[in-house]
Amino acid sequence: METKRIVVYLNQFFGQIGGEEEANTPPQSFDKPVGPGMGLQQLLPKNCTIVGTIVCGDGYFNENLEEASATVQKMLDNFKPHVVVAGPAFNAGRYGMACGTVGKIAHEMGIPAVSGMYPENPGVESYRQYLYIVETGNSAASMRTALPSMAKLAGKLANHESIGTPAEEGYLSRGIRRNIFVEKRGSERAIEMLLKKLNNEGFDTEYPIPHFDRVEPAQALTDLSKVTVALVTSGGIVPKGNPDRIEASSASHYGKYSIKDLTSLSSDSFETAHGGYDPVYANQAPDRVVPVDALRALEKEGKIGQLFPYYYSTVGNGTSVANAKSFAAEIAQELVSEGVQAVILTST
Amino acid sequence: MVKEIERVGIPVVHVCTVTPISLTVGANRIVPAVAIPYPLGNPKLTGEEEFNLRKKIVEQALFSLTESVSEQTVFD
Repeated sequence: METKRIVVYLNQFFGQIGGEEEANTPPQSFDKPVGPGMGLQQLLPKNCTIVGTIVCGDGYFNENLEEASATVQKMLDNFKPHVVVAGPAFNAGRYGMACGTVGKIAHEMGIPAVSGMYPENPGVESYRQYLYIVETGNSAASMRTALPSMAKLAGKLANHESIGTPAEEGYLSRGIRRNIFVEKRGSERAIEMLLKKLNNEGFDTEYPIPHFDRVEPAQALTDLSKVTVALVTSGGIVPKGNPDRIEASSASHYGKYSIKDLTSLSSDSFETAHGGYDPVYANQAPDRVVPVDALRALEKEGKIGQLFPYYYSTVGNGTSVANAKSFAAEIAQELVSEGVQAVILTST
Repeated sequence: MVKEIERVGIPVVHVCTVTPISLTVGANRIVPAVAIPYPLGNPKLTGEEEFNLRKKIVEQALFSLTESVSEQTVFD
């Protein structure tokens, strides 16, 4: 069988460059498998060889999308892979967005790509039409189950074998419909499903209704000089010592903290509880995440009516959509009853 | 989180660095920030320059709340 070339994309952590302090590393390429690529190589069909690894810091990739994309494209051009494998990124948002972008670049170059992500990773929704994304758990603990599915898909793509449905192959639905031949015509299948439904039996829909959860933009404000503005953040700024013990990752709750009479958030009294990004800058000056100083100045200038005397904070890192939704729904109710008319929500 | 706040009718602006995530999530008013670890700041600037930068981003965020939007809008 013809030898097939595989290239793997990894972030700075899995690429063994370093932790969060190396998140600003620009793309680098290596002519061999690195980190999870070693395990992947063992699982790939015999005719598939990992000829290269591209490693880039998650911070660099997301903050310099155009430059990073251009460099990765050049590297892929040099490696000339038959298939690109990106990640797995599990529930790491920045890593998932990077893997998805790499998949899109490969797709545009005519190269199929495979990644692995937790279904709530924003990379899934943004990029699933460009690459196959195997469903993984939300942390690297699921590496052992992720790699075999990814290797199997990558091998099939490299060898031009046909790819089964998402359920058969373990990847997340790409929103693509394909014609297939089946024994029974549509009306019969629909009646069968309907009967099962009426009998409270389980059935598999052939076309799940897409769920678009969009909210209409709220009406614009005409005069901010009389408006109370509140600050909300997913950047994890908390009073020093983190009194409510908000988790560094996968937060289970949020906090409400007084900023009454404060002209800024000093590094003596506030810090970040957020994991997954380098906390040095937020700890040095928490206003970089929750801009109390700027809003106080604007309050003084009369540009806004007043700054709401509390801010709300949670950690966005790996926090489930369901939790974030319930935190914000509670916060929103409270803001309404307190007469807050505008919100600035900051994220890291 | 932005959607739940907007759902009760309060106009909300999302200030964040990775705007594609914000667009995916469904924020309607988005203002791009500086960097992931310091969205509203820049440690390379002097204190005064940094404050002015932060104030400018906040002013842009407030401006977005006074603009009528009918679809997701990034206020560059």
